[in-house]
Amino acid sequence: MLEIKNLHVKLEEEDKAILNGVNLTVEAGAVHAIMGPNGSGKSTLSYVLSGRDGYAVTDGSATLEGEDILDMEPEERAAAGLFLAFQYPVEIPGVGNMTFLRTALNAQRKARGEDEISAGDFLKLVREKAKALKIDADMLKRPVNVGFSGGEKKRNEILQMAMLEPKMCILDETDSGLDVDAMKLVADGVNALRDEGRAFLVITHYQRLLDHIKPDVVHILSEGRIIKSGGPDLALEVENNGYEGLKAEVA
Amino acid sequence: MALPQPKLDTLEARLASLDLPNEPGCLAPARADALSRLHAAGLPVRRDEYWKYTKPDTLTAAEVTPAALLGEVEEPIFDGIDRVRLVFVDGVFDADASDDPALAGVTIERLSDVATRDIHWARDLYGVLEARGQSPVARPLAALNTAFARDGIVIHATGKAVRPVSLEYLHRSETSDALLHHLIKVDGGADLTVLEDGPAAARFTKVMEVDVAPGGAFHHVRAQGRDHERRAATHIFARLGEAATFKTFTLTMNGVLTRNDVVVELTGDDGVAHVAGACVGDGDFHHDDTVFVTHDAVGCESRQVFKKVLRNGAVGVFQGKILVKQGAQKTDGYQISQSLLLDDDSQFLAKPELEIYADDVACSHGSTSGAIDEEGLFYLRSRGVPEGEATDLMTLAFLAEAIQEIEDQRLADGILARLQGWMARRRQAA
Repeated sequence: MLEIKNLHVKLEEEDKAILNGVNLTVEAGAVHAIMGPNGSGKSTLSYVLSGRDGYAVTDGSATLEGEDILDMEPEERAAAGLFLAFQYPVEIPGVGNMTFLRTALNAQRKARGEDEISAGDFLKLVREKAKALKIDADMLKRPVNVGFSGGEKKRNEILQMAMLEPKMCILDETDSGLDVDAMKLVADGVNALRDEGRAFLVITHYQRLLDHIKPDVVHILSEGRIIKSGGPDLALEVENNGYEGLKAEVA
Repeated sequence: MALPQPKLDTLEARLASLDLPNEPGCLAPARADALSRLHAAGLPVRRDEYWKYTKPDTLTAAEVTPAALLGEVEEPIFDGIDRVRLVFVDGVFDADASDDPALAGVTIERLSDVATRDIHWARDLYGVLEARGQSPVARPLAALNTAFARDGIVIHATGKAVRPVSLEYLHRSETSDALLHHLIKVDGGADLTVLEDGPAAARFTKVMEVDVAPGGAFHHVRAQGRDHERRAATHIFARLGEAATFKTFTLTMNGVLTRNDVVVELTGDDGVAHVAGACVGDGDFHHDDTVFVTHDAVGCESRQVFKKVLRNGAVGVFQGKILVKQGAQKTDGYQISQSLLLDDDSQFLAKPELEIYADDVACSHGSTSGAIDEEGLFYLRSRGVPEGEATDLMTLAFLAEAIQEIEDQRLADGILARLQGWMARRRQAA
């Protein structure tokens, strides 16, 4: 599904390397987790994959189902099936959540040469998906993320994911700022989307999210490189020994 | 005091191009008074404090600068709304194209009939609010209008009007120079909505005087026409009695030069005045909102909400003032003017002013100028919305605060649809 080879990335504005040769392959149907200390390049990886400005790829490649995504515009990546659940979902005053969802869904369908969804079908779909995430009518009517609590913002991200049905979902620290109940709700939403044709890359600091979203593979990112990969037990090892212990072990 | 020579020259040239209406005498004294106000003030020049951001030359010149007709015909903006249509072609009322001006609770007349039908209130109001609005800032083009305007609509609302009155201005001649003067009187307990739509003329000089009696309500939504080369200088003078409501919204798209003056006087306690505007300009576009709200009573609320989207060298101007007179306690005044600059070539010039002589008031004002929020843009694009469409969505979001000032959702939807049309055309052209 997603194949990252020797990816080197630096900040565009300054000569600062963030990723120093990341190699990663996520197969369809799999859930991979990336853990790592602050500043290890986790968020940069998610931004580079989704096409945010400000980063320069100096070497390497990233493909989605064999297609090079690094040369695509962000909207083309989305239409190709990539989705990033933001660590800090952006507030957009003046744009209604429903309008936003419908515009995004139709834009992607259009880009793939499909017909726009009818207003009735859209409404039915959004109500059904929102209900599972305990998103009420008021949250759908309000401007995108404006006045939403931390938990509501994250649930809104998962709602977008459920509506857009991407192939490759990247979750950037989706657990940050969530209490246990909210985290469970979000995790349930993600688990409901697990499917043979869909892959997940879950980025997190802590092992606790992985109790709810069970990964197949865990990678440890440090100083812009994956230093160790393993099964779900690797997350527990981090929890017990910390990143420093792991780094020492690898070195 | 004698006028400086350049002002005198401009005035004389302009006056030479106009004739005082030859009509029965009822409005003649008001016209004569207006003419003497005009002689005292002269026509505006760039050196005048309130014209330093806007070049008045083409508005004051004797000759009209021709304005090409847009050619394509867009459906009237308020077409889906049951309304009384009154049509003007190049500033002249067209009875055949208009609806029968019959509306329960409202009488509608032509200005030219004021004298013959002996409409006392109209005679007593004509030029009065305009004259009051000349101080402390002179508005000579309004005085010129009072002196020379032959046509216009005279509306008296005595009850709740079930339908809006819609003034629709067609532009058919490339060299038309239209002067229209509308008079509106809203009685206590009456409620009237007036709509305006269309480019009107190559050059349009308009005055609307609105007198809202205690407990009356007046709503106004207008869309200034899209003809690129048209010019307009419009004025609204409003006076509000106790617990009266006055709400006006203007959408401006295109037009090489637009100057909209709105002068509101809150003379009775607990009055409410909202003045809002949204404009979108691309290229050769200069749009000036000059607003003056005077609080002269206790417990009144006023809002000024102006949003401008500018690109390709378009220029936006906002000059807005809240004057709180002595004794106008518990005033709640709010003013915001913002521009969204879509490139580095466009310009927004703002002069917000507060002048307060009462000590128990809440007045706030803000003015900002900025580009599209990159974070929001990326967020939309990451969800699959193409850059152009995402920019439009962010632009509409920026304008939303002003459009929300329109109370009637159907009218707000009409305005929104027109904006979306404008953006879609721009995107296709790009």
